[in-house]
Amino acid sequence: MTPRLCRGTARVTSPIVAAFALALGVAGCSAAGGAPGNGPTRHTVVVLAASSLTESLTAIAQDFEASHPGTYVQISFAASSTVVTQVNQGAPADLVALAGTSAMGPLDKSRIAKDGTRSMASNTLEIATPPTNPGKVNGITDLSRPTLNVVLCAATVPCGKAAAKALSVAGVVAHVVSYETDVKATLAKVQLGEADAAIVYHSDVVSAGIRVRGVQIPATVNQTLDYPLIRLTDDPTTVAFMTYVLSDQGRKRLRDHGFLTP
Amino acid sequence: MRSVRLARAGLVIPAWVAIAVLLVPLVALLLKADWTGIPAHLANPAVVPALRLSLMTTSSSLAICMLLGTPLAWLLARSTHPVTPWLRALVTVPLVLPPVVGGVALLMAYGREGVVGRTLLEVAGWSIPFTPVAVVFAEVFVALPFYVLPVEGSMRGLDPRYDGLAATLGASPWRTFRTVVVPMVAPGIASGATLAWARALGEFGATITFAGNFPGRTQTAPLAIYAALENDPQAAIALSLVMLLISVIVLGALRGRWLR
Repeated sequence: MTPRLCRGTARVTSPIVAAFALALGVAGCSAAGGAPGNGPTRHTVVVLAASSLTESLTAIAQDFEASHPGTYVQISFAASSTVVTQVNQGAPADLVALAGTSAMGPLDKSRIAKDGTRSMASNTLEIATPPTNPGKVNGITDLSRPTLNVVLCAATVPCGKAAAKALSVAGVVAHVVSYETDVKATLAKVQLGEADAAIVYHSDVVSAGIRVRGVQIPATVNQTLDYPLIRLTDDPTTVAFMTYVLSDQGRKRLRDHGFLTP
Repeated sequence: MRSVRLARAGLVIPAWVAIAVLLVPLVALLLKADWTGIPAHLANPAVVPALRLSLMTTSSSLAICMLLGTPLAWLLARSTHPVTPWLRALVTVPLVLPPVVGGVALLMAYGREGVVGRTLLEVAGWSIPFTPVAVVFAEVFVALPFYVLPVEGSMRGLDPRYDGLAATLGASPWRTFRTVVVPMVAPGIASGATLAWARALGEFGATITFAGNFPGRTQTAPLAIYAALENDPQAAIALSLVMLLISVIVLGALRGRWLR
């Protein structure tokens, strides 16, 4: 009985042990990689970025990977507030890009590398409607119509804060049916035709192309957000990628997607 | 001897790791809670409407699951039609489907531009997304299998001769179902109902995708927890504790079946 039980156990546990070893091995690799200036140069840059940067930063990362063979840029997009929470909870990241400097407020400043913050671009708000504009939205004051399904970003994320400010400056109480978790979720409701209008960024309207129609918000009530790019490590590939984002090529990509650049 | 001990350790250690996997997050939730502040956090303006909406939508969802699910379970348990196994497989799909995919599917079906939703809007003027009705749709979609499968299981365990006997005594199939089958599978119905209700209560992905997130209208308790996590984490923890308490009560109700 005993040897059989033993053999059986060994058979069962060995894949588990192998899996553990693998997990530890992988964790070990990433831990070693995470330590700045340790061992050989790492070639992966981990970026946490505001969701409004989805198209533009992905394009820049592809350009960078193509012009720097052997490098790999891993980007995770989420609402800026979520990104900040992730960093503060210790998420492994090399670079952080946020929508607006005020999103930086709660960020754990001790994680920022020395002299690691740069302004990468700025963005303004715009109303997005489905291409046919079924709600006949022509301006921000139309958003108060009770027959309209208006979707905004949640008040906790930068686009929601900025939209609330613009609406209050314009003196408009929008007929809101949903507060979405980030700007892309907000835009999606318009793209799917479920919402008649959403307040998103100009860059989102540009990136979405023909799938949505943009309606201007007058400059007197519009909000401008300055996007900080924040480096958390001194890893050379990260420095190179940050330099690339801020280079003429990077800035051109940002402008192509509707951002304003210095 | 040594090999036995080694083998036993090889089983006991992973078993305790498994216990820790389940227990550590729950204990952490209890440790991190600001216990004295809980009443104040629960008074957060988002909390009470979210709990009320959750109670209202989950009880409606449960009623719909029972009303539609009991006959379906009966059909699956008794039918010998070649299509039946396929129907049974279909019922399990929402169990394995990521809830957010369910939400997207619901939008494609009942959204304003959806396959059914467009007609509903044109003919009746009804628009389902962004309403509490949408929350119920999402909850029923994800919870129905949790009701149907246990009930079908108990119905299959039922001796079909009871039906035959009732029929020879002149009972109609409906009367047989109502007075013979349902009372005999009551424990299955109870556990299915508890599981379905608990699943509906925890529903997040399909709801936020299909119904959106508006306080008091479509923001259920799990959505409120997610929303509160970024501006008032303690309110999120307080609401999480309420949900944990409810889960423990549900577990207590099921104790007779699972923990014996």
